[in-house]
Amino acid sequence: MKIQRCKGMRDFSPAEMKGFRLVEGLCRDVCSGWGYREVRTPTIEYLHLFTSAGTLTPGRLGKVYSFLDWDGWSGERVVLRPDGTIPVARMYTESMQGMARLFYAANLFMFESGGEETRERWQCGAELIGAGSAMADAELITLSLEVLKKLGLKGVELRLSHAGLIKALLVKLGLTPEEQGRMFDRILDGDAMALAEISRESPEVSDTLRPFLGLKGQTPDFLRNQRALLTRSMPEICQPLDDFLQTVALLDELGVKYQISVASGAGFEYYTGIIFQYFIGRDKVGGGGRYDALIPSMGGGDVPASGFALYLDRLMDMISPEVFIKTAPVRILVRVKSGGAVKEAFTLAGRLREAGYVAGLDLDGKKGDFRWIVEVRSAAPVFSIVDIKTKKKTETSTVKELLKRLEGEGGG
Amino acid sequence: MAVKIALPKGRLLRKTAAMLQKAGWGLDEYTSNMGFYRPKSRKFPGPLIRVFHEKDIPIQIAMGNYDLGICCLDWIEELLVKYPSSNLIKVRDLLYGRGALYAAAASPQVDMRQNGAPVRIASEYPNLAEAFALRKRMSRFSIFPVWGAAEAYPPENAEMALLSVKHGEGLADYGMVPVGRMLDFSAFLIANRNSWETKNLDKIVASICDSLPEAGEKTAAGEEINEAGTPARNRPVEIESDTVRLALPDGHQQQATVNLLNRAGIGLDDYPSATGNRRPGINIDGVTVKVIRPQDMPLQIANGNFDLAITGRDWLTEHLDQFPSSPVRELLDLKSSRVRIVAVVSRELPVDDSAGLRRLVTGREEPFRVASEYVNIADRYARDNHLGRYRVIPTWGATEAFLPEDADMLIENTETGRTIARHNLKIIDTLFISTGCLVGSREDVSGVKKKKIEAIVARLRQAVEDK
Repeated sequence: MKIQRCKGMRDFSPAEMKGFRLVEGLCRDVCSGWGYREVRTPTIEYLHLFTSAGTLTPGRLGKVYSFLDWDGWSGERVVLRPDGTIPVARMYTESMQGMARLFYAANLFMFESGGEETRERWQCGAELIGAGSAMADAELITLSLEVLKKLGLKGVELRLSHAGLIKALLVKLGLTPEEQGRMFDRILDGDAMALAEISRESPEVSDTLRPFLGLKGQTPDFLRNQRALLTRSMPEICQPLDDFLQTVALLDELGVKYQISVASGAGFEYYTGIIFQYFIGRDKVGGGGRYDALIPSMGGGDVPASGFALYLDRLMDMISPEVFIKTAPVRILVRVKSGGAVKEAFTLAGRLREAGYVAGLDLDGKKGDFRWIVEVRSAAPVFSIVDIKTKKKTETSTVKELLKRLEGEGGG
Repeated sequence: MAVKIALPKGRLLRKTAAMLQKAGWGLDEYTSNMGFYRPKSRKFPGPLIRVFHEKDIPIQIAMGNYDLGICCLDWIEELLVKYPSSNLIKVRDLLYGRGALYAAAASPQVDMRQNGAPVRIASEYPNLAEAFALRKRMSRFSIFPVWGAAEAYPPENAEMALLSVKHGEGLADYGMVPVGRMLDFSAFLIANRNSWETKNLDKIVASICDSLPEAGEKTAAGEEINEAGTPARNRPVEIESDTVRLALPDGHQQQATVNLLNRAGIGLDDYPSATGNRRPGINIDGVTVKVIRPQDMPLQIANGNFDLAITGRDWLTEHLDQFPSSPVRELLDLKSSRVRIVAVVSRELPVDDSAGLRRLVTGREEPFRVASEYVNIADRYARDNHLGRYRVIPTWGATEAFLPEDADMLIENTETGRTIARHNLKIIDTLFISTGCLVGSREDVSGVKKKKIEAIVARLRQAVEDK
């Protein structure tokens, strides 16, 4: 029988885990720096948390891993966490109040039938609960951009849309409430053509909206121009448009580059305000948005909130090797050269680790991916330091001297 | 390798037989709803043809045990809605066997929100029921998967049932009104994807297609139509909190149950019922009776829908193997309907006991296939015996015919072992002995009700001892 991993699942090799931890660690450092605190929610949640209107779209719900638990005789299902935000909102509703800045690194499960995408995905996300201002939106966007910048990623593109605005436009397009809901879900599921398609069916509205849906704005003036054009004919859209405008204007002041693309509002059904997405080339590497109605719908009171997630498993494959070298500690192989020096080898390895090196004991006589070899003898000269790159060899008998020489060599 | 074809028994048998007759297949014995058999075709002597329960056919096709099959769209969708990447393709609508799946309730105003309590849906189609609930954006719902009689559950034991009827008016016969129309269905020719890509099936498929009338109106799948409700018959009945709710079995356990109740001096009105009445009267005050499938009783007791039920220990064990901490327990062994639950393999297999079984599966390339009506008992047996890489194939009765081609082992019940021997099979292990039993819940009940329950149990115990 051939042993193999489950279909749609991914192993992370040591090299991949290095990238994973790097991205995760950076997310953690930046979030902590902004005053966010880490939380962890369980892998299994009740399905009903995700099924109410305004949580996940039916398209996503059709792909969740739901099942009956061992005590699920009531027929109520549980689910492998399909989303990062809803469990944190659940946790907040259950046990917190006031303002909360929370972040997490978690795996999500979503069925994918194709061979391309994995069914278990990893993301790092932050939720800013209890603040409903443009400043709060700007905080999350600046924070997430800082992570992407520190990862040394080039060509990050920020795309902005607004869930409230999309909803208001759908009303204007003369759809029934049910059609509006379906269309909203299509847009959220990433169908950027949906709005254009439906607006073609009502020509009189379409003429007014075409520039709005077709063009990509790069300044707040784009929204101001649209506002001037639409105030008279569609007063209903002014409120979400102004909300959008406030955040965009603030981003502009902060020097953040963005592209406004109302029709591409991929995201979650719980979004109510701004929707932002990060792309590198054609790959989406993260996104977020405002979800002011989610916590109220869970009975958590009138608490506004917004959040974002960066896709760990995509980002880890994109970072360049230089980023690793800066951060990775030097690896030293400790080899027992003659009998009896085993204890000394363990002791030396311990000292090396204390000094910030990675120290591995040689068990198979191979140098693997180590940078230096230190040979240990029971008699002087106790230590030989071998530079694997240059084959240069020096000797010493004290740990202190050994550490000094390693440092003198710049370690790596 | 010979082409394998799965044909349905039950509701589609007559029309499928007529269609294949018209297609010139010349089948020798495709007429009976009893047992499993292998009709031979004069026109296509090569293919292996076997008759199955309709429900089994999509699974057999998806697993690749059979290349072609005929069954209705409802059972196909029940599989595909949960497992969309199944290796099953719908080849052709056969335009007969039409019906529709309705979500139905006892009254037109069913509250989908329930003030936060789950909406309970009873159905033989649990996967479609879940899809329906999600599509309706019900926030909390419970699905009761049932073996049958879903129409008996609302309004007391479920808010809704998802059931198949020939046409919408069929619901009125059950005293129910439609809440939503889930699916219009008809019979389909289906194929295994790999078989379709690699095997020569053209003559068989052509013979079927040529026998069909020109395509009629298209079958709309998944369209939801809310229909005006007809007045319902089963009004919600106010049940007082100290009423004892008793579930009695339908099917072949009925006579034994009647005999037992008679000996206990308990009289029933219209049970067994000639008209399909599922709510017979009883001569004890403060007790109501409903007739449901014995398979479904433990789950209903666990959920507090009934207080007492007469079922078999096999179904109680099946329930507890799925839900180990369930509050259902056996109150009384009724010492009737005695069967053994056994592990069965083909006589050709060089295995005589469970130890031999473990040796057999070690180093085996293919997954070991266990077919059973009792999927949780079978799953546990496979786990407990370290059967390595195994698959449990759910079946709907008369599992013997699955061996040896379509499964490697069965977990089956047997009274005498004669059917097993007749199919050239052998028993290698007995899991337990099952008899009829009275089940109830471990949960505490109030004083008056507790006394009533105890009194009924005492009368039944005496009746068992008097036998």
